[in-house]
Amino acid sequence: MSPQPQAAVGAPLSRVDGRLKVTGKALYAAEHDVDGAVHAVIVDAGIGRGRITSIDARAALAHPGVLRVIHNGNAPKLPYRDNSGSNNPPEGRRLRVFQDDRVRFHGQPVAVVVATTLEAAQHGASLVEVSYDAERPSTDLHEAEPDEPTRYARGDADAGLRSAAVRLDLTYRMARNHHNPMEPHATIARWDGDRLTVWDKTQWVVGTQTELSTVFDLPLESVRVISPFVGGGFGSGLRCWPHVVVAALAARETKRPVKLVLSRKQMYLGTGFRPSYEYRLRLGSDRRGRLSAAVHEMDGETSSYEKFTEGIMAAGQMFYSMPHVRQAYRLVPLDVNTPLWMRGPGFATASFVIESAMDELAHRIGIDPIELRRRNEPNEDESNGLPWSTRRLRECYTVGAREFGWHRRSPKPRSTRDGDWLTGLGMAAGVYDPGRFPAQARVRLDADGTAVAEAAASDMGPGTYTAQAQVAADALGLTMRTVTFRLGDSLYPPTPPHGGSMTMTCVGSAVLDACNKVRRQAIELAVEDEDSPLHGVPADDIVVRSGRLHVQGNPARGETYQRLLARNNRTHLEADGSYAGAPEPARHSYYAYNATFAEVAVDATLGLVRVRRMLGVYDAGRIISPKLADSQALGGMVGGIGQALLEHTVTDHRDGRIVNANLADYLVPVNADIPDLKAIYLEGEDMDADPLGVKGIGEIVQVGVAAAIANAVFNATGRRIRELPITAEALL
Amino acid sequence: MSTELSEAAAPPPAGTGESSPAPSRRTFIATSAAVGGAVVASGTFLASPEEATAAGSAPSSRVSLTVNGTRRTVTVDNRTSLLDLLREHLGLTGSKKGCNAGACGACTVLVDGHRVNSCLTLAVRLEGAEVTTVEGLAEGDRLHPLQQAFIDEDAFQCGYCTPGQIVSGVGCIQEGHTNSPEEIREWMSGNICRCGCYVKIVRAVEQTAGRK
Repeated sequence: MSPQPQAAVGAPLSRVDGRLKVTGKALYAAEHDVDGAVHAVIVDAGIGRGRITSIDARAALAHPGVLRVIHNGNAPKLPYRDNSGSNNPPEGRRLRVFQDDRVRFHGQPVAVVVATTLEAAQHGASLVEVSYDAERPSTDLHEAEPDEPTRYARGDADAGLRSAAVRLDLTYRMARNHHNPMEPHATIARWDGDRLTVWDKTQWVVGTQTELSTVFDLPLESVRVISPFVGGGFGSGLRCWPHVVVAALAARETKRPVKLVLSRKQMYLGTGFRPSYEYRLRLGSDRRGRLSAAVHEMDGETSSYEKFTEGIMAAGQMFYSMPHVRQAYRLVPLDVNTPLWMRGPGFATASFVIESAMDELAHRIGIDPIELRRRNEPNEDESNGLPWSTRRLRECYTVGAREFGWHRRSPKPRSTRDGDWLTGLGMAAGVYDPGRFPAQARVRLDADGTAVAEAAASDMGPGTYTAQAQVAADALGLTMRTVTFRLGDSLYPPTPPHGGSMTMTCVGSAVLDACNKVRRQAIELAVEDEDSPLHGVPADDIVVRSGRLHVQGNPARGETYQRLLARNNRTHLEADGSYAGAPEPARHSYYAYNATFAEVAVDATLGLVRVRRMLGVYDAGRIISPKLADSQALGGMVGGIGQALLEHTVTDHRDGRIVNANLADYLVPVNADIPDLKAIYLEGEDMDADPLGVKGIGEIVQVGVAAAIANAVFNATGRRIRELPITAEALL
Repeated sequence: MSTELSEAAAPPPAGTGESSPAPSRRTFIATSAAVGGAVVASGTFLASPEEATAAGSAPSSRVSLTVNGTRRTVTVDNRTSLLDLLREHLGLTGSKKGCNAGACGACTVLVDGHRVNSCLTLAVRLEGAEVTTVEGLAEGDRLHPLQQAFIDEDAFQCGYCTPGQIVSGVGCIQEGHTNSPEEIREWMSGNICRCGCYVKIVRAVEQTAGRK
């Protein structure tokens, strides 16, 4: 078929769901008006480890409006069939709500109170008296015993280090971060006989559907998950957490629809987090900065009952050219809830270490940090010998240095002042490995010339509704006004999770495929129809624009979809589309890249760090929806500022309690923390990546941000901080 | 736990169907709940024998307030926050619950013209108050200029903090704290946006203030 003109893709359009969001009419999980819904509130374990010895629910049950208190003493046994899907970690055994008396972490759900009103349920939850046989929990990453490591090696890293002219041996500590989407996790569950419907905050309706079907041992098609709007996620919605099961269980036990909304505190207890790490990196190079060897040893948190892993090893294997690499990645099981991927998972952690170390090496040997990176740019992926699909880091450096005014950076630390403030510039590079998994979509073109595309995707904020409609509009040759994309319902064709920078790539490619099929059907119908002005024209010569099929280069010869379908008595045309996922075996090494630049000011007396401006330059393939992509990039920088300077979940190791489980004490960036930010996407596409030529942007935009800030802090102060967040105390 | 006594004292603003004083399904539920055990006993709801039947009901009060131009008289559980009154009883879910502790601003509404965290405001305190939520900003199909500016500047992503940001921005403009981007940043810092749209929120507020 002839390539379609691109009118919607690449246009800086406003969000198609913008009006719903600014008027408060977009419905999030807890806001669906489900007839007869009652309220459920979870009771959290008050110890960090041990056993429940008794639960006294009498006072709660006596409270007006309280209907039921469910806990391990009275809950039915749930089937909890094995489920290797739904992003449950492959190793371990998932938490089974109210199935035994074990407390595995502070804040684990131990009971649920169901009441006719929210107030009664909340008060009722406070009246449930739980007695425990408490043990001392183990929650300190630096004290606990690690598992056997996952290893990687090429060359001889020890020999490489020994013979290196310049050696660095650096240890970094990264704090635990919580996703903290603004919308708390929430579920409304309703049973109709043996069929379960949940309105849920999730980044993967298919994953939640699968998990509920296995927990309750239901056929998959008996569970429907609805999630049209997701008030942020950043990864926390990639699993179906125990509270979703609690809501469904409470609904089944009370025979009523149940609404369960987590409190902000509970968002720290049971919906995952970016794990804390200790990461030792040894680097060896020659005197010109050519790397020869690296040894990476990283210890990261997991829970006592599941083995959580993330992509923390890849960057150390492929980002810079060097013959000798050795890695050991150890999980440290703790009495905590299981972590879960948070924006830029693994890479945002590893890049802080690697990019801080590169800055340190550049300073040690006295060359510009960008020049050091250029000298170590690999020509192929040295971990597997594959050619890059696209890798345009050099362009990122060139454009970024020019646009940011990198030449104004003084190479001498602590040499630039602005009144009481020490100022400095820093940069870092970033990489992310976007996932490519099978996806499906369905498209229907109606006789009135409008089309609807559907997939069980999500939109937690990037603009899936808009961007997928842009893809569909161009592939069908329709205007944006006549195309609707529907998502967030497990009745739609399945997709991979909404995370890992997969939605545009995988869902977009499936939507493109379905739309191409529908367009082909229409073209074939026209060329075979003797009454069509397009009769007999080779199908490959026809394009569709604004709902009208015509001969390429001859717009006068053609007709609209409406006329074509009406004359042929067709109510609609429809097709299923699919995307097969990454090719096997891989032909290319495929990553998204960035270079991030930061200017900071540090109060010389107080140690206060303020980011003054930032720039991100991205090699992320083709950009479908530039206006929304810009917002994502700026948001990634804001997330990185939080990771660099503010975010730190603090645990009291005496009892395993998170002491700052609220938005007043767990600091996230507020408006006054954020200066001017700018994002530049390199023009181009990566057609080896997928049929759309996109690489995904949601994760790469946070990778490297923390290192750029840390490197700017060094340039400003001469102080190298190897711990996140960078605090005033560390700079005093 | 609110009993809505429909009072069509003031007509709802055109086009904002949510403000209709007619009982919605939510208010029906709330009304039923107010009489607790009686409803259960009457069999309107399926009650299992193991369920506790609530003896008596929680202390409640009657309060009259105006929400988006519509007079409402409700009997509410004394513990009910303004936010929960709006979301759970009046069907106005535009105001969001982000932290329920006054730290995030997602629940921001105007009470008698002032920005207020509705999660920290007990509903029974609001006798005679005028409350404006995000649902009350547009005039029919015509968006408030700040709503339009949020769309034009793409000043949101997930949209969950957006109603609070917009209501807060309206307050910020009315207060006159918009003389510079720095001033807007300070006076909009009670509203957290986790998607990180601050640069564009400031632009939207600045533009809208400039148009006044």
